[in-house]
Amino acid sequence: MTTSAITVREEKQGFLPWLWMWLTTVDHKKIGILYLCGAGLFFLIGGIEAILIRIQLSVPQNDFLVGSTYNQVMTMHGTTMIFLAAMPAIFALLNAVVPLQIGARDVAFPFLNALGFWLFFLGGLILNVSWFLGGAPDGGWTAYAPLSTEFLGSGMDFYILGLQVAGAGTLMGGINFLVTIINMRAPGMTFMRMPLFTWTALITSALILFAFPALTVGLFFELFDKVFGANFFNSVNGGNGVIWEHIFWIFGHPEVYILILPAFGVISEVVPTFAKKRLFGYTSMVFATVLIGFLAFMVWVHHMFTVGLGPMANSLFAIATMAIAIPTGMKIFNWMFTMWGGQVHYTTANLFAVGFIPTFVLGGVTGVMLAVPAADFQYHDSYFVVAHFHYVIVGGVVFGLLAGLFYWWPKMFGKFLNEKLGKVTFWFFFFGFHVTFFPQHFLGLMGMPRRYFTYLKGDGLATGNMISSLGAIGMAIAIILLLINIVMTTANGKKAKGDAWGFGRTLEWSIPSPAPEYNFAQTPLVKGIDPLWKAKMEGSHKVTPAEPLGDIHMPSSSILPFLMSLALTVASFGFIYADQSGTALNAGSLIFAGIGVALLFLMMLIHSLKDDHGYHIHKHEIIEAEREAE
Amino acid sequence: MKKKWQHLLRFLPLVALMALLSACGKEGVSALKPMGDEAHEEAKLMILSIAIMVIVVLVVGIIFTYVVIKFRKRKNQEEYIPRQVEGSAVLEVIWTVIPIILLAILAVPTVAKTFSVSDTTSKSVKKDALVINVTANQFWWEFEYPDQKIVTGEEVVIPKGQDVIFKLTSKDTTHAFWVPALGGKVDVNPGQTTQLKLEADKEGTYSGRCAELCGASHALMYFNVKAVSKADFKSWVSEMKAGPSDPTSVSAKQGQELFKNNCMSCHAVGNKDAGIAPNLTNFADRQNIAGFLDHNKKNLEKWIWDPQAEKPGATMPKRGANNNLSKDQIQQIADYLFTLSVKQ
Repeated sequence: MTTSAITVREEKQGFLPWLWMWLTTVDHKKIGILYLCGAGLFFLIGGIEAILIRIQLSVPQNDFLVGSTYNQVMTMHGTTMIFLAAMPAIFALLNAVVPLQIGARDVAFPFLNALGFWLFFLGGLILNVSWFLGGAPDGGWTAYAPLSTEFLGSGMDFYILGLQVAGAGTLMGGINFLVTIINMRAPGMTFMRMPLFTWTALITSALILFAFPALTVGLFFELFDKVFGANFFNSVNGGNGVIWEHIFWIFGHPEVYILILPAFGVISEVVPTFAKKRLFGYTSMVFATVLIGFLAFMVWVHHMFTVGLGPMANSLFAIATMAIAIPTGMKIFNWMFTMWGGQVHYTTANLFAVGFIPTFVLGGVTGVMLAVPAADFQYHDSYFVVAHFHYVIVGGVVFGLLAGLFYWWPKMFGKFLNEKLGKVTFWFFFFGFHVTFFPQHFLGLMGMPRRYFTYLKGDGLATGNMISSLGAIGMAIAIILLLINIVMTTANGKKAKGDAWGFGRTLEWSIPSPAPEYNFAQTPLVKGIDPLWKAKMEGSHKVTPAEPLGDIHMPSSSILPFLMSLALTVASFGFIYADQSGTALNAGSLIFAGIGVALLFLMMLIHSLKDDHGYHIHKHEIIEAEREAE
Repeated sequence: MKKKWQHLLRFLPLVALMALLSACGKEGVSALKPMGDEAHEEAKLMILSIAIMVIVVLVVGIIFTYVVIKFRKRKNQEEYIPRQVEGSAVLEVIWTVIPIILLAILAVPTVAKTFSVSDTTSKSVKKDALVINVTANQFWWEFEYPDQKIVTGEEVVIPKGQDVIFKLTSKDTTHAFWVPALGGKVDVNPGQTTQLKLEADKEGTYSGRCAELCGASHALMYFNVKAVSKADFKSWVSEMKAGPSDPTSVSAKQGQELFKNNCMSCHAVGNKDAGIAPNLTNFADRQNIAGFLDHNKKNLEKWIWDPQAEKPGATMPKRGANNNLSKDQIQQIADYLFTLSVKQ
């Protein structure tokens, strides 16, 4: 298996070879782009659903989307945005950046990386085809039982199996990055020299490792309740729906930090870079990140203060929740003091990063308010909560992701996004966001519960809702501008150098943009924090290599990850159609599911038995490629 | 005098904040216009936490604004390299310790109030409290007074100025019981009983609603809490026990017959718990149909004709499903239902 590297890297012409390349790639940079495309697609779908929601709620007693139809749109908006847009967007950045930041040639398990992507993508498709196959899930993204298991239609089957498949992909991704970051750092890159984005990637991966299995188990319980008539959540037969709430939030709360930590990481890269100053309080930033990850598992009951667990449980979890404000506050001040005394360049990436700070503070303080159980009895499940989590997930995660996108776009694609258009995008998004979600705090306190498809004319909620809907237009315009920007610059964008912004600090900026498929011609030697900045300050424009130039060993591409995911999709549809809700089991569908599982095992067998040693890129080809890039 | 005035000044920001917040929302609906003991306690906690958070936002806001303006890149500074500061132990201790202090200030009343607001079992509370059993259904509420032995639905009558302990359970899926003007909510779980204590300061109607997604018409699962004087409550109880007087008009009498033949398998009149649909003993005295529609005959006829058109997923069969009532007959039933008053 020593396929010549030249034949692999030569561009084959035509659509089919192009498609085959993307279906079989195991290169982390290409998989990062795939994740970005998948996340982008689902982000647009989720965004359209958001607009539909705001149309329905713009005036009282509207009849645009009523009853279950609204619940489907609302459920799919939440599920899509969390699992199919935010999560893969995070994985897009992790893939595009982490191996480059630690000076590695790829992730630890390239095959698994591809498998993780295809599981996510096909899981997302399973969820979304439900629109055409009898209706989408309508039990909320939290899928509370027994509502989801006993009182709703087949839509929830798509939720359970779609998330099961996508979740398996996420778990693989998490394990992969955990191993990559622990084992594959370049010589000299100790843990305390790791860029903060990589630190957050590490902690997020650890959270995924511990949180997602809870979701997997919970989803299996719901699946068994639905398909096989098990009674995990059926109170008539001795089950208990509150157990689902615990399982879901033991996953669900860490999930929020899985999303926000990498966003913190992005801010911790973008702010120092564009202030031309090292991150203020690096050690305490690392400590705060680890602490937030640790506390993430001890606060889930604050989602359940009104369940009736009693004042003792509520008080304990209230104190634990408040404690999270301390490390988070440390981060906010460290970012501001990174800019203090620096020279702040307002590029689009930095506008999003700087805009993140006050926005996230607003989301954070309402988080502390929600930690007060007696007051939460009023806030809980009202629009106050809706406002809060949009402040942390849009104002936090999405702002962070957009900052990261504009920042690393040149590294991923070798071209800049248009800065002027980008800045307009930022201002539309920033003001659109605050106009949409700030009034929702008040709507909640004025008595508007969450997940309401309408509100009554006389309840005094009309003005706030109208303002909120108008704000959504601003956000929509921003996203349309971003799309135009991407199309325009892809066709005709400014080319980026290796150190695209001119003041890069970390290793990813020490190699050409986009990175060659082997990343580093020579593995770098890391002598401190911000190695590229250090090298530049010492007058050199290259980070010292840790090895002589030589042949580089690469993993072969494979179609198996795609086929394995396809097999699981087949199995999923078998289980979806096996749910006859109450009547006898549908044997045909179960056999279909069995075939899917059998195919999966067959392909695992093929992968295990096939001897694949990868291939080598030869020294002279590397020299040639490096010369071309300069 | 001056001293007193200065003393008051210190509370000015808090008073301003309260005034600002209480300008929000409709009386009887909004949690920002608290009308009961629990709502007052919870509002005080909200104000305290908001006040602390406003301080945080202001401090961050001032530093932030200063930093983003002062340290922006100016023209002809391309070569400038800022000093690479590692951090500052003193500063980092300050912004770790101050939040801890602020949170401690918030945590003490938080724990105290969480215990006092949730207290439904101590002797002092139980002694004078009125107990009402609540059963949540998709998508309506049943209220049973176990000590008074009366049953009603969609509108619960309580005496003002007295603690009421609601004991809640669900017939189907999870719901949540929320009367924002009177206090916080509690979940209503199938197979369990949760408790909630509320009190109303004044006579009046307070709007209640379901706050946990429960299906298609979650957004229409409203109910009313009507607070009356203690004397009025007493007489209401005895009137409920006596039941409504028989109808007098021809149309209503015919309506009563039709009701017996078509509706009584689910609905009850009198102190029986039919359990499948709301008890209608005092239907004419209520303020809404199906919990949210304006209380008039036209709406009632529309509702009987096609309940799902008003409330998707409602279990009441529409006309043509298992009855073939004519428009006239439905009118007669409506006439009858509007005689179901216990007021004397």
